[in-house]
Amino acid sequence: MSAPVFEVIRKEIEAILPRYPRKEAALLPALHIVQRKLGFIPPEGEKLVAQLLEIKPVRVREVVTFYTMFTRKPLGKYHLQVCSNLSCSLAGGESILKYLEEKLGIKAGETTPDGRFTLSTVECLGACDQSPCLMVNDDLYGQLDRAKVDELLATLE
Amino acid sequence: MNEKVLSRQFDLPHLHKIDVYLENGGYEAVRKALRLRPEEIVEEVKKASLRGRGGAGFPAGIKWSFVPRVDKPKYLCVNADEGEPGTFKDRYIMSHNPHLLIEGIIITSYAVGIHLAFIYIRGEYEKIAQRLEKAIEEARNKGFLGRNILGTGFDLEVVVHRGAGAYICGEETALLESLEGKRGHPRLKPPFPASVGLFQMPTVINNVETVANVPLIILNGADWFLSLGQPKDGGTRLFSVSGMVERPGVYELPVGTPLRKIIFDYAGGVKNGRKLKAVIPGGMSAPILLPEEIDVPMDCESVMKRGSMLGSAAIIVIDETVPIIEVLSKVTKFYSHESCGQCTPCRIGTSWIHKIVKRMASGQGRKDDLKEIERLASQIKGRTLCPLGDAAALPILAIVNKFRAELEAMLPQ
Repeated sequence: MSAPVFEVIRKEIEAILPRYPRKEAALLPALHIVQRKLGFIPPEGEKLVAQLLEIKPVRVREVVTFYTMFTRKPLGKYHLQVCSNLSCSLAGGESILKYLEEKLGIKAGETTPDGRFTLSTVECLGACDQSPCLMVNDDLYGQLDRAKVDELLATLE
Repeated sequence: MNEKVLSRQFDLPHLHKIDVYLENGGYEAVRKALRLRPEEIVEEVKKASLRGRGGAGFPAGIKWSFVPRVDKPKYLCVNADEGEPGTFKDRYIMSHNPHLLIEGIIITSYAVGIHLAFIYIRGEYEKIAQRLEKAIEEARNKGFLGRNILGTGFDLEVVVHRGAGAYICGEETALLESLEGKRGHPRLKPPFPASVGLFQMPTVINNVETVANVPLIILNGADWFLSLGQPKDGGTRLFSVSGMVERPGVYELPVGTPLRKIIFDYAGGVKNGRKLKAVIPGGMSAPILLPEEIDVPMDCESVMKRGSMLGSAAIIVIDETVPIIEVLSKVTKFYSHESCGQCTPCRIGTSWIHKIVKRMASGQGRKDDLKEIERLASQIKGRTLCPLGDAAALPILAIVNKFRAELEAMLPQ
């Protein structure tokens, strides 16, 4: 871990602290900052957050391990999160997942060896009118079929 | 007849920008509200019978009136953690009209005496969170937020706070824990958040759609709002319709519109002219209804009388081609994944039931599996701190009861 990136993280976290009545309330946003900068939350990131928020590192760890969006291991450059809930599966979400597994050569929960793609299943993304849908990092893609998946993957280099 | 009220301007291009919003009557409700006394606003919202749009359906004005008028910090938490499967109406409001929500936040805060409000938004809505932050900045630059709003002496800050992928944080006390930087473990009630909430201070927690209705009530009055809906359940609802219908989407209709009408007249009926098999009327937590049960008016009390709940008004339509075990396994998978783990009956029960359902789905079911599911679900029901236990148990029991023959046929005799 290079020190400059931790300096950036420190500055960003310090900037959001005044928004909250108590520092510890900034824990989730602070962890989002760490994950955005590093791609995941390593122990050094937890320690830095604990120090800035004046809480014990174990308090940070228990929160990191509770929330599905936080990850303690690196993800691929593109994180494909396929909705596996009811409305999407009624619209063929499971075949979209299977198709992605075939195309990427990995199972849900895995990352391609070149580090480009991580494939995950997630619960309802709140876009059931566009089912079946998935997210690539922060962007939502809906009304998917195989052709649209091909198109999407071609844009992700 | 055009029944749109809350969403009537949502088709205007660039409505999310404050200049467009102001050109179309934006922030008039705030100007009017800040000339009223706070108690007058609370009374008006009470009279309007504005019931919570998040799931529990508690009247918002009554909730506000529980907040003690004491001189200590009070907080507003807008629940934008939209996670109830099938629900996507808050996404629709926040992405089309963030300023309507901000207006609602300003009026609610002024009415209750709040100077710091949080929008707790699910982490997956990052793009919408950014849009909200932009809108808040615009509102501040125009003097609608910050210190001494419009010269009235009223101060208010609004903070967008992102969750991180936990359905349970939509439960109001879990939301508070999460906002305090902890795991989303629900609290025992009472005390209720109105008296002991965020950091032990009095706190109002309202759903996005609830708050977005407040400006309309202030502008048009409680009588107008009541006349749109039912006597004890005013206004319109944004119905999220998904699953096997011709036209999935958000439909704003009067509270009390019959479920059949929403599915067949508005959403175009069952896709490809197939037969209806079942409907989930209020998000995944709402017990399933059979085709002969869908003439129910969609208001809180009517749906409850039918043995289900209006919940978040998310309608999921299931057609005749779907084996019910698929629906059941989606329900059990969801709750076993989202149980926070705090209460043993829910933590163990949901995953145990899911294990049985998976085994049934793979053709390995055992003779007494349905009885076992019913026994376990009955032991979750009423035995947990928060409503997630019931939200898991009741839909599971309803599916087993209403589709017993189909499920029994999967088991060895």
